Amino acid sequence: MSVPAELRYTAEHEWVAVDGPTATVGITDFAARSLGDVVYVSLPAEGASVAAEEPCGEVESTKSVSDLYSPVDGEVTDINADLEDDPGLVNADPYGAGWMFKVRLAAGAGDDALPPGLLSPVEYEELTKDSD
Amino acid sequence: MHQRLGATLTGFAGWLMPLRYGSETAEHLAVRRTAGLFDLSHMGEITVTGPDAAAALDHALTGQLSAVTPGRARYTMMCAEDGGVLDDLVVYRVADEQFLVVANAANTATVDAELRRRSAGFDARVTDQTADYALIAIQGPEAAGVLAPLTDVPLGDLKYYAGQRASVTGRPVWLARTGYTGEDGFEIFCPPDDAEPVWNALANAGAPAGLVPAGLAARDTLRLEAGMPLYGNELGPDVTPYDAGLGRVIKLEKPGGFVGAAALAERAKAGPRKVLAGLTLATRRVPRHGYAVLAGGRACGIVTSGAPSPTLGTPIAMAYLEPDVIHDPEPGLAVDIRGRAEPADLIDLPFYRRSRA
Repeated sequence: MSVPAELRYTAEHEWVAVDGPTATVGITDFAARSLGDVVYVSLPAEGASVAAEEPCGEVESTKSVSDLYSPVDGEVTDINADLEDDPGLVNADPYGAGWMFKVRLAAGAGDDALPPGLLSPVEYEELTKDSD
Repeated sequence: MHQRLGATLTGFAGWLMPLRYGSETAEHLAVRRTAGLFDLSHMGEITVTGPDAAAALDHALTGQLSAVTPGRARYTMMCAEDGGVLDDLVVYRVADEQFLVVANAANTATVDAELRRRSAGFDARVTDQTADYALIAIQGPEAAGVLAPLTDVPLGDLKYYAGQRASVTGRPVWLARTGYTGEDGFEIFCPPDDAEPVWNALANAGAPAGLVPAGLAARDTLRLEAGMPLYGNELGPDVTPYDAGLGRVIKLEKPGGFVGAAALAERAKAGPRKVLAGLTLATRRVPRHGYAVLAGGRACGIVTSGAPSPTLGTPIAMAYLEPDVIHDPEPGLAVDIRGRAEPADLIDLPFYRRSRA
């Protein structure tokens, strides 16, 4: 299972990457493996406001459906339209082509603009190691 | 062995079973197009033997097992006195005085206990032999081609719902032409020590034809597309076989009666309280077990199984509906998918039927 060192994580298995004022969000390799084949991703609309720890979409797999939580506060500036036709990208490349949405951070730019509750890669690995 | 193949395992009725090996969608499509190999060793195997074995099963089950000839199988049910389904079963008549009852894993203890209780007074012996059998299924259009060179049985002579003693890769097995996928295929009952060599022989022989190992996740979507009920979803103690559209497995007229016959006869006269129906949805959101079905906004039923159908490309579901809804030409059906009513269309079961060459 892959947990890239440069990302931050939520206990609900989202990852977030920060580049200046923009955060990119997806679900982790662990989440994608646990769900099985992803068949549909419902994403927030561009321009929508999202809030940390609140559901903003859903991920349907063959066996189950899960809420998608925003890890951050802000406004959605972009969504991954490729997932509409190819939701399997979430399984094939969860940290790359399977990204889900981008947020302009309400609290500024960089790591300082992230909510304090996010998990480090070490903490996230600790969270998931027993269930893998 | 399955972990070596990279399987994701799941706890199921006390067994650790392969849920999927890779992509369950790819496994599903392989079974439809080429072949898949399943480990079903969690299924229960109970033998009933003795001079009264057939009579005991006639009394214990809804079907007329005494009318089954040796070497043939019958899909049947065990019901409670009130007509509720305790398990759905495949029963093989191995010999005149020997039957093999295949039960769902979660129900094996119940079926074993009830068969013992119900065969009191008959000269028949009931033995739970689950631990003595592994069960491997090979399913799909290429299944016969893969298996043929590995067995001594001419597969052209082995009919659907037939079984016989056979050798597979030199090991003694009970070989049956049965399955739970809607495809042609075989189920191989063998001693647990022979399971790995039999599995490996089939896997190696089938790989060039496109055979892949397949898990319980693919098995569930395959049986759903084929319109086959799953105990715990479509079947249970609060459901009669008539509700599930399976009245054909009940032989009310068989001599001597059977457990549940009186309640079922009454149910047959009164007509079904609910009807098992197929639904398709235009959305990509998936109806799941337990979601409400609406007719004109009013609750009229409940989803028992739902999944994105790999073959059809849309979500499908089986649901119990009020009988009136089925006959309404424009019922205005929808499934309440987490608060949003998603329009649904009735469709005749099964969702998928294989073309027979």
